[in-house]
Amino acid sequence: MIKNIITYPFQFVLFVLLQVLILNNIQLGGTINPFLYILFILWLPIETNKALVMGIAFVLGLSIDVFTDTMGMHASACVFLAFARPFMLNILAPRDGYELNVSPTAGALGWFWFIRYAAIGIFLHHFFLFFVEVFRFTEFFDTMGRVLASSVFSLLLISLAQFFTSNTEEKR
Amino acid sequence: MRNLIAFIRKYSFFFLFLGVETIAFYLIIKNNHFQGSSFLNSTNQLTGGIYTRYAELGDYLHLKEVNDALSDENKRLRENQIRSFERLFGENILVKDTIFKRKYLYTKAKVINNSTHRQNNYLTLNIGSRNGIENGMGVVGPNGVVGVVKNVSDHYASVVSVLHREAKISVKLKNSSYFGSMQWDGEDYRTVMLKDIPNHVQMNEGDTVVTSGFSSIFPEGLNAAVIKTFHVPEGENFYEIKMQLLNDFKQISYVYVLKNNFSSEIKELESGREESND
Repeated sequence: MIKNIITYPFQFVLFVLLQVLILNNIQLGGTINPFLYILFILWLPIETNKALVMGIAFVLGLSIDVFTDTMGMHASACVFLAFARPFMLNILAPRDGYELNVSPTAGALGWFWFIRYAAIGIFLHHFFLFFVEVFRFTEFFDTMGRVLASSVFSLLLISLAQFFTSNTEEKR
Repeated sequence: MRNLIAFIRKYSFFFLFLGVETIAFYLIIKNNHFQGSSFLNSTNQLTGGIYTRYAELGDYLHLKEVNDALSDENKRLRENQIRSFERLFGENILVKDTIFKRKYLYTKAKVINNSTHRQNNYLTLNIGSRNGIENGMGVVGPNGVVGVVKNVSDHYASVVSVLHREAKISVKLKNSSYFGSMQWDGEDYRTVMLKDIPNHVQMNEGDTVVTSGFSSIFPEGLNAAVIKTFHVPEGENFYEIKMQLLNDFKQISYVYVLKNNFSSEIKELESGREESND
């Protein structure tokens, strides 16, 4: 528990800085932008209080917004992800439920489980974010294309991040 | 009443979601006002400071392009200097100039944050109200229009880029003076659309489009873009024109902020006109 109090804020700052300083400068084909920082929300321990996750998501989104001048956009998308997270965990739950004190990582629950979990989370977040950004449904397929393209790229990056950290997870 | 409380308690998580989402959307809508100023944005001390450090790191990587652009600009300016003109009437001439009065003042600025991939793009500059920057001033790059200042703090300024879905800049065709508005369609950061040009106007691919000077933000005749493709959609009265921007927005690193010395006079005059209409 004490370890968590130190590691999570550290992780939070790391994810925000990584996103605004490095990843926001990466654009494939002009408009495709990966969002790695939502991994912070995805990685929170399963039994974390739902309301607390929502609060953390709001603050995380707002931190990104402050840097990118998109006041409220990332915050709303993150809150939406936090709202969907319990349902995602419910749908994907193993037959005999989750073990206690488990974080939703590939190391703890397997790669197949993690990829499905991350893919759903990323898609919901990106869908919300991109539609709030354009704020209209008239260019639906245009926006949808950007949602899907960015989702694939984000999933790739998130899997990569998971791959590089999963070794240390298992040793613990 | 008890049922209501039970209902709220049962769906408390959903109501929490609605509540937080409402706050988020309040922030979005409040900050969507084009000239609305806000407290939390990339012009504040913390984020501005971090971006300044970071931009300093990245500077070295772009030195070559920046040097090229600067030397091109120097060449143009030198060509226009008095020294590059031959004197026709001997050494000593007295010029007392009361015909010209300075209208636009340029302030040099460095771009410390920039984006091109979003639907509404902004730039952050390293100068602010202490350098005399105010909301609504125009920003130009080495090759023409860049945007309009939206927010100013003491040391930083936030600029609405031409690549913003709501940004409209009044421009005209250089050779025929027909005017229209320049807007971005959110697709490619190198191309913008030109609207409101009637279908009888003659034009060619490669024609230059310059600022109209109507808005008093930009002087007349400043380069904006070059016509790339144009056609009249069936049954329409106006052209659909795609233009190539002259600035490379991905590489932009030094810009100039324009102060119009007559802007208050123009505004006063125009607001008086509205009152007299009432």
